[in-house]
Amino acid sequence: MTNYTPAYPETFLLLATCAILLIDMFLSDAKRAVTHYLSLAALVVCFVLTLGDFNAGQTYYTFNNMFLSDPMSNLLKLFSYLAVGMTLIYSRKYNGERGMLGAGTGLGGEFYVLALFSMLGQMVMISGNNVLVIYLGLELMSLALYALVALRRDHVASIEAAMKYFVLGALASGFLLYGISMLYGATGTLDLSEIARISSSVTANKNILIFALVFIVSGLAFKLGAVPFHMWVPDVYQGSPTGVTLLLGAAPKLAAFAICFRLLVEGLFTQAIDWQQMLMVLAVLSMAIGNIAALAQTNLKRMLAYSTISHMGFMLLGLLSGVSGGHVYLAASAYASSMFYVITYVLTTLGTFGMILLLSRKGFEAEQIDDLKGLAKRSPWFALVMLMLMFSLAGIPPFMGFYAKLSVLQAVLGTGKVWLAVLAVLFSLIGAYYYLRVIKVMYFDEPTDTSTIEVGAEVRLVLSLNGIAVIGLGLMPDTLMHACLDAISKTLAS
Amino acid sequence: MMQSSSILLSLAIWLPVAFGILVIAVGNDDNPGLVRLISLVGSIASFLVTLPLISGFDNAAHGMQFVESGSWIERFNVNYLLGIDGISLWLVILTALITIIVMIAGWVVIEKRVAQYMGAFLILSGLMIGVFCALDGLLFYVFFEATLIPMYIIIGVWGGANRVYASFKFFLYTLLGSLLTLVAIIYLYTQSHSFSILDWQKLPLTLHEQILLFLAFLMAFAVKVPMWPVHTWLPDAHVEAPTGGSVVLAAIMLKLGAYGFLRFSLPITPDASHYLSGFIITLSLIAVIYIGLVALVQTDMKKLVAYSSIAHMGFVTLGFFMFNDMSVQGGLVQMISHGFVSAAMFLCIGVLYDRMHSRQIADYGGVVNTMPKFAAFFLVFSMANCGLPATSGFVGEFMVIIGAVKFNFWIGLLAATALIFGAAYSLWMVKRVIFGVVGNKHVAELKDLSSREFVMLAILAIFVFAMGLYPEPFTAAMQTSVTDLLQQVSISKIPAL
Repeated sequence: MTNYTPAYPETFLLLATCAILLIDMFLSDAKRAVTHYLSLAALVVCFVLTLGDFNAGQTYYTFNNMFLSDPMSNLLKLFSYLAVGMTLIYSRKYNGERGMLGAGTGLGGEFYVLALFSMLGQMVMISGNNVLVIYLGLELMSLALYALVALRRDHVASIEAAMKYFVLGALASGFLLYGISMLYGATGTLDLSEIARISSSVTANKNILIFALVFIVSGLAFKLGAVPFHMWVPDVYQGSPTGVTLLLGAAPKLAAFAICFRLLVEGLFTQAIDWQQMLMVLAVLSMAIGNIAALAQTNLKRMLAYSTISHMGFMLLGLLSGVSGGHVYLAASAYASSMFYVITYVLTTLGTFGMILLLSRKGFEAEQIDDLKGLAKRSPWFALVMLMLMFSLAGIPPFMGFYAKLSVLQAVLGTGKVWLAVLAVLFSLIGAYYYLRVIKVMYFDEPTDTSTIEVGAEVRLVLSLNGIAVIGLGLMPDTLMHACLDAISKTLAS
Repeated sequence: MMQSSSILLSLAIWLPVAFGILVIAVGNDDNPGLVRLISLVGSIASFLVTLPLISGFDNAAHGMQFVESGSWIERFNVNYLLGIDGISLWLVILTALITIIVMIAGWVVIEKRVAQYMGAFLILSGLMIGVFCALDGLLFYVFFEATLIPMYIIIGVWGGANRVYASFKFFLYTLLGSLLTLVAIIYLYTQSHSFSILDWQKLPLTLHEQILLFLAFLMAFAVKVPMWPVHTWLPDAHVEAPTGGSVVLAAIMLKLGAYGFLRFSLPITPDASHYLSGFIITLSLIAVIYIGLVALVQTDMKKLVAYSSIAHMGFVTLGFFMFNDMSVQGGLVQMISHGFVSAAMFLCIGVLYDRMHSRQIADYGGVVNTMPKFAAFFLVFSMANCGLPATSGFVGEFMVIIGAVKFNFWIGLLAATALIFGAAYSLWMVKRVIFGVVGNKHVAELKDLSSREFVMLAILAIFVFAMGLYPEPFTAAMQTSVTDLLQQVSISKIPAL
């Protein structure tokens, strides 16, 4: 009899989401809070279920090896729940004020249901051990996100963003699917471990494998938003309602890391020499274009979009450093650095977009950098939180972002590529400028907008904790670093 | 290494930081009095906990003292490893002392966001002491970089008209240097699998590796010192920073770079240090002579003192790279002395600026007629700035010059010209600002020092004379460490083939 326990969190979330969809039908707009708290409760239950699996530290397969639960997937899922849960909390008031939760627009609790479905898609991506399952997860996530971007249907920028996201996202999926079909042609299987076994044999057709690899890497780069496949990122980040930007900018990066790891490291490790070079080009270009283009932005969301591109480039540096000399500890250490980088990035991004949501109010989007003017006078505490987030993104100690950069640079230098490390730090120097500019606006300028910040205690508390986490994990980064390393080592060993 | 279970260094680092956080937490614009009181108490308490370091310091002992060790980031074998030797002892004390002075200097002058101002300086003080105490490379780097954050805020929030430009220039300039140092630090880790500075000092490295590492360290330290030609951020930062910011910048932050040379460059890459010493000596001499001339033509008092700081720090780096006892100790003494003297000079300019809101030399003249007490202090500190015997400025410069003459007569001769330029720009400024007839009606209305200002200048004057007349306690503490350091530098680390 098949053991379905590894998929319990996914099964539960699917059922819970369907239940929430039904319950929401019977709720009036005034009672939308019920949907909100039910969604959070569903995430909490998933968190508990996954935490149990994570603590067990074992790898289980189910559904004929198509689906697995291993320490890496569980750790990534834990942070995904956290990211989605925090997004729901941050964006509740914002969404309500923009008619995305009903109130005469004909909408109901779609936001919550779609967010949970995208979460489910990510979980399937993270846990898929078969290229088609991974693809299925990716599409489930993407379709939910396309709809979310378009949710504010009376808003031109939103619709434009949705169109761009949909067309380019479909193109990327096409790339990925084409690569997968070639992979199937070359190896005759869709199972990742089988792919790894067959592609390493002498009989495998290397030419087709390399073709497949090119398409797969392009598809992944689209999803990550790495240059030159980054065109959609700034427009979609800027055009989407900020809550949705956060949904597609935070947790999906964890899932994207997972499928990069599954496809490239677990599936196509024998082609590492080839994908390493591809990732290097993507990484350097992303850091260059991302950081330089961010300098010119006046829109905070757009600036953060370019900064995301550069961070994804930095993350790829860790991923490509795993292959050197075949030393297993070094390889695990490199992938773990990359994973730590993504987690750091997600935590920090949650805070920065949370801040935009905090400062927005009915009829006013606080998305220009100048909207932060004089925040240190309006709200010293939240200005301090934003300062910590910005310095963390810039990689200045003692904030968390510094240790993320440190561990990736350590991995890069471990492979002996000193020039790559020097290039990476020079680009992050450029990056420091635009983060500093945000701090300058908050601290050195006088406020032009003197309205008080009206948000609930819930948001204040979570945002404060988010800021404290960025400094706290900066002072004590060891536990999380070890957790990443353990998870990756166990996953590689299994 | 001497082991002890003392927590004095942790206290010296974290007490001011804790007070800083407390001040920021309780302070708002309605209770500046309370904020000032807590800050002053915090800075004095932080100074008092450093005093047992002097009494407990064993001048004859080799290696590090007051060592504290604990695991921090096991993943990368990073430890919370603290300790001081004769090189860092006085820098720690200096930092704690200057912080008290800064609190007094900002007492009534700072009116907006008092809590954040005082808090930033207290936190900065703790971080800088951390730099001087850290024996773990990564811990050092974390403190070294973290000091940028409060200083950036201090210049940007409480600075002058062009503060935004100055604060960005300060931050990005220093970050450029230190990011390459980060690469060097991680490289050393990949070679040694340790972040301990003491392990790195024993690590064999080829000359090629050493030169690259030396240059990477040089990027950070040269910018911080600052050495010619990467000094251009300093005049901007000094001119725009509030008085307290200028004081801390000149008195302590510049020393972080010079200290880095002694802790990293010389012992970790001794062969490269010898190989490139001619280069560093040339840069130092250019700083001493050329920047001395630049100081001469300044019309802004703060800029003049800023340039004179660069010239004085040129003396420090000159002393370090001639590798003899006299010159290295001279450099160290010069660092401490410059800490007192430059702090005092900036405070004096601050005193004038608070009254007249001008730093232009041309706006003054005959200040002695209305502010006799101030004029006396100003003259004393200017004399110390140009190295008059019996002041602290003399001891360091004299030792470096003797060391230089031992090393090479011509270098000694060139270095000695600095005394002439120093006297020229310092005394000429005194003549134009202090002496002569009362320049204009604003000068005629000046009030002499308040008791608060008198106290802060008097404390510094006492140290300037004490160090000038009886430098023995300072040099005695340094002696063993400097000899050990030079011993270490003289042994090649290039692995035998």
